[in-house]
Amino acid sequence: MANTPDYSWPPMETRQVMGQNIKRLDGPQKSAGRAKYTSDFTRKDLLFAAYQTSPYAHARVTKVDTTPAERMPGVKAVQVVSPAGTEVQWEGTEIVAVAAVTEEIATEAVGKIKVEYEVLPHLVREDDLTKAGTHVKAAGEKTVGDPEQAFQQAEVTSDGHYGIPVVTHCCLETHGQVIEWRGDHVNCWPSTQDVTRYAGTLAPNLKVPVANIDVRMDYVGGGFGSKFAPDSWGEVCARLSQKAGGAPVKLFLDRATEQLIAGNRPSAYAKIKLGGKKDGTITAWQSESWATGGVTGGGSPPLPYIIANIPNQRQNHSAVSVNCGPQRAWRAPNNQQASYLTCCAIEDFAAKAALDPLEVFKTNLNLYAPEARRATYAWQLDKAAELAEWKQLWKLRGQGSKGAVKRGLGIGFNAWAGMGHNSQCRAIIHADGSVEIEIGTQDLGTGTRTIITQVAAETFGLPVGAVGLTIGSNQLPPDSASGGSTTVGGVSASTRKASVNALAKLYEAAAPALGVEPAQLEARGGKIQVKGGGKSLTWAEACRKIGGGGSISETGANDSRNPGGLIAAGASGIQIADVSVDTETGVVKVNRYVAVQDCGLIINPRLAESQVYGAIIMGISTALFEQRVMDEQTGRMLNADMEFYKLAGISDIGDIVVHMDIRPENDKRGVIGLGEPPAIAICAAIGNAVANAIGVRVPRIPMTPDHVLDTLDGRAV
Amino acid sequence: MARITELEVNGTRRHLDADSDRTLLSVLRDDLSLTGVKYGCGEGQCAACTVLVDGAPAKSCLTKVGTVAGKRIVTIEGLAPAETLHPVQEAFLEADAMQCGWCTPGMILGAVALLASSPNPTDAEIATGLNGHICRCGTYPRIVRAIRLAAKRAAKKGVHA
Amino acid sequence: MQNFEYANPASLQQATALLAAKWGETDVLAGGTDLLSLMKEEIHTPKRVVNIKSIPELAGIRKAGAQVHIGALVTMDELAGSGDVPHALAAAAAGVPSPQIRHMGTVGGDLCQRPRCWYFRQGHGLLATKDGKPLIPNGENQYHAIFGGGPAYFVSASSLGPALIALNARIKLVSAKGSRELPVKEFFIQPKDDATREIALRPDEILTEIIVPAATHSSTYEVRQREALDWPLATASVALSMKGNTVAAARIVMGHVAPTPWESAAAAKALVGKPVNEETAQAAGKAAVAGAHPLSHNAYKVQLAKVAVKRALLDAVQARA
Repeated sequence: MANTPDYSWPPMETRQVMGQNIKRLDGPQKSAGRAKYTSDFTRKDLLFAAYQTSPYAHARVTKVDTTPAERMPGVKAVQVVSPAGTEVQWEGTEIVAVAAVTEEIATEAVGKIKVEYEVLPHLVREDDLTKAGTHVKAAGEKTVGDPEQAFQQAEVTSDGHYGIPVVTHCCLETHGQVIEWRGDHVNCWPSTQDVTRYAGTLAPNLKVPVANIDVRMDYVGGGFGSKFAPDSWGEVCARLSQKAGGAPVKLFLDRATEQLIAGNRPSAYAKIKLGGKKDGTITAWQSESWATGGVTGGGSPPLPYIIANIPNQRQNHSAVSVNCGPQRAWRAPNNQQASYLTCCAIEDFAAKAALDPLEVFKTNLNLYAPEARRATYAWQLDKAAELAEWKQLWKLRGQGSKGAVKRGLGIGFNAWAGMGHNSQCRAIIHADGSVEIEIGTQDLGTGTRTIITQVAAETFGLPVGAVGLTIGSNQLPPDSASGGSTTVGGVSASTRKASVNALAKLYEAAAPALGVEPAQLEARGGKIQVKGGGKSLTWAEACRKIGGGGSISETGANDSRNPGGLIAAGASGIQIADVSVDTETGVVKVNRYVAVQDCGLIINPRLAESQVYGAIIMGISTALFEQRVMDEQTGRMLNADMEFYKLAGISDIGDIVVHMDIRPENDKRGVIGLGEPPAIAICAAIGNAVANAIGVRVPRIPMTPDHVLDTLDGRAV
Repeated sequence: MARITELEVNGTRRHLDADSDRTLLSVLRDDLSLTGVKYGCGEGQCAACTVLVDGAPAKSCLTKVGTVAGKRIVTIEGLAPAETLHPVQEAFLEADAMQCGWCTPGMILGAVALLASSPNPTDAEIATGLNGHICRCGTYPRIVRAIRLAAKRAAKKGVHA
Repeated sequence: MQNFEYANPASLQQATALLAAKWGETDVLAGGTDLLSLMKEEIHTPKRVVNIKSIPELAGIRKAGAQVHIGALVTMDELAGSGDVPHALAAAAAGVPSPQIRHMGTVGGDLCQRPRCWYFRQGHGLLATKDGKPLIPNGENQYHAIFGGGPAYFVSASSLGPALIALNARIKLVSAKGSRELPVKEFFIQPKDDATREIALRPDEILTEIIVPAATHSSTYEVRQREALDWPLATASVALSMKGNTVAAARIVMGHVAPTPWESAAAAKALVGKPVNEETAQAAGKAAVAGAHPLSHNAYKVQLAKVAVKRALLDAVQARA
């Protein structure tokens, strides 16, 4: 072919299927309760596995006696995970696993195994640095400009301390998998965010060639960044299966263990000082921050967030190592913490200067990075303010209503990259007119199945019902992990390219019958027709030209290093929370939550909005209710359950208003990715709204009655 | 230990052989392959395990199978005849009231029970009626919309949703 | 979970015959919302579980003159929907914020449930000690007691207890040896050692019914943060007998602030002879918490208890159809 095909998206106004609110294609299965998740796997020969885990935060295993379990009828395999000598670094560490013919036998058997420990000293709380001793590692000071002088010359300075705790992912389907390891072939059904690369990560641990590992997954009950790898339990599950003669073994964490070891989002605590001018211009930033992501310390939020170009800065950050389960990527890693710390500091600075924080966010636009996004933020600040009725409702701190219930508004901002991950798609057109799309990707509830089908259908000029789609297997063209909000970009680009490539071949087959060159054809409304009107064949007629029993099979790929014009990086958003605080009880209620989100080209507006609602609700849950509670005396998590690890319910969320920034200039940028950006600013916006409402900063997330009342009554939080 | 050898599930008498102290959740999923009902927390805090027992919503993770012998159990699979959807299921689909889908069967059954006792619920009644059902993906506003839609359609038809 | 025997008696007589004389041998199962968790965590390891759900004597609400007899198996739903029970009790039942729990949870279960204290649930006992040292005073005590002075710092989780006490209700307990009645207040105990239970129920007794006198002005107010399904942070139940529009007598009982429902005679005294308005209700609230001794993280509950008393009082004098 002389020319590379034109893959670019059809212009916004010509789209037939893209841009439509096509109903979620797997909706009927989910609604009917027929969607089979990995933990729903059933088979006559299926074995069930259970763990015994460490009740200690820090200990050395001194003895593991598995004989009581080995002797039990129904037990088919025992796998010691942490033999004598192992140093346990957090409560919940897996010690031993048992596979048996029923769940009840497995649980009973593994409970009978005798494990002895030498208990060692632990540290499980990082919020009070003075108690953390040698567990603290400073990262070194970073300075920009001359912060000393800038603070000296500042007309206004403000300072505060802020904290956001460790939270867990709390996926409703816990972590786990079914694995069948027979001879040198392994079948895996994981609960994962990465169907394609699961096998590659597991293979070296099993010493089995990657090519011998088949991975299948149709549905997953939540991931939020915690399900990228097979994890230690994937390998344990495989070994149990091998020991049990190749029978498939189902191993899933129970809720308590899930809360302890299947991932969490690092905390962040900081003392922040801002300096600037009376007109709200910020000239200086000083922060001392610390955080934990578990035993390895970890967790460093990028500060200052978005307003990175403050000319004078001094930053000190320390990582604290604690004997708790390790961090994992949590929907927009490090960004919630950074947005919260930065936006709270800005709001407190505005309050100190007796200025409207909306104006302060705007006054400092020239400090935002990257420069290219400043105009977007400016527009979004105004739009969000309009939707939140900022001008009518916002009052200076202390100037609000006189009664016990105080109302306030607060702002938060977000920034994210997105783009598209590596993805390959195969598009097949059969001579009978049927169409198949194959990608080795996964749909987490994000609507991936639907948007892939929409892109293919748009390209072929067909309705979505005419396109068959297969995902969820590593035997299909490889995709990547659903993380970083890179799935929609990756799969839409690869699908577009594969479909355009397949269509080009169809044009070649059909062109002679229409007496034109292939380049003069287009696919529209179920027809292959000459551009500009005129002769046409129906889709079915055109496909018959492929030749009896034949098919066209073409691939297309998205290379994240070379994205072309289909996808882009860089999303931004502004969010405003409107809350009421009952100052007699400290209870915070969200009245309204406004989100203005920039998102590039939207393939399915309703599914896209669903992501935004979901991100906000998850954020409200963390802003109002969630925190991991560690007891320093026992080293244990006190709320490794869903009774006291509290998630927002249907009555807890208020009225959510979402405005997708789909102005034509954004559509032209291409597909960006939306899972994470709207999840970032909620703690910032709600924390600020509460401060505005009650006139004083509640320094700690979550905004629980004890934190609010302690602040109002002058007690340390 | 007493054993349960028969259960009425989705209008059919099912034969099984289970310890009466096992949870209904475990029996439905592992013995009867009715995997629409889900394990979320095992402690009655998330309602993903909701089934209907004699028409009322029950948390199957906290229900001993011995206590429901002889009662009418309905799971998500039994809400409507095969290949069809119950009006509440249709409404959930229409309103896009799901993402990962894990909480969906429990939510739908909770909604069916709510509408059976309260055919024309206010938004506040919908919220109270579904309190305790957790959706981590955050689809609540559309769930409320779905239930409103199902109630409206049932009212139009003059039937119970 | 250990292996155990599961009994399904059809009558009260059969049921009481199955219960052992010591705690730890047998357990009664009604709605099951609490017992199953306790057994899973091996806090309770009975050898026999006695399911009382089929016992007809334990069901139903029946009026007898000016009193209402409420069977132990009556669910929260039935109680909340009954037009025959005083408002404070119906409100307390309606406050249980999940339809499944309201449907499965029973009156008897509510009164007999074990504490939610997270140290208790992790196996440290009612007094929450590890190696003899108490865990709550220096620990995570944000949900624990502000009254009672220890050594027990858990809070009673009963939704109905405070209302029943305010309403002068009585409890009937039946064993194979006979039956007894107690004022509900005497049913709740502040344990001083780990061996004492937090309720007066003996291991071989079944709680069969509560007997509630009529009341004209009563209410329950609960402070909770999460609407979804959450334990209250503090509650107050009040019952007033009015003379015209002033208070002739009052009982004011707070919940979730002490190992037992916590009555304040001082708050009641502050109201006698006065009308109920914002000022007097506020003063009563203040009097109610005068004796509070908060721990390191629960001072906020003093405020919540004060507000709950005030708001319950103001609601109690609202006209009701």
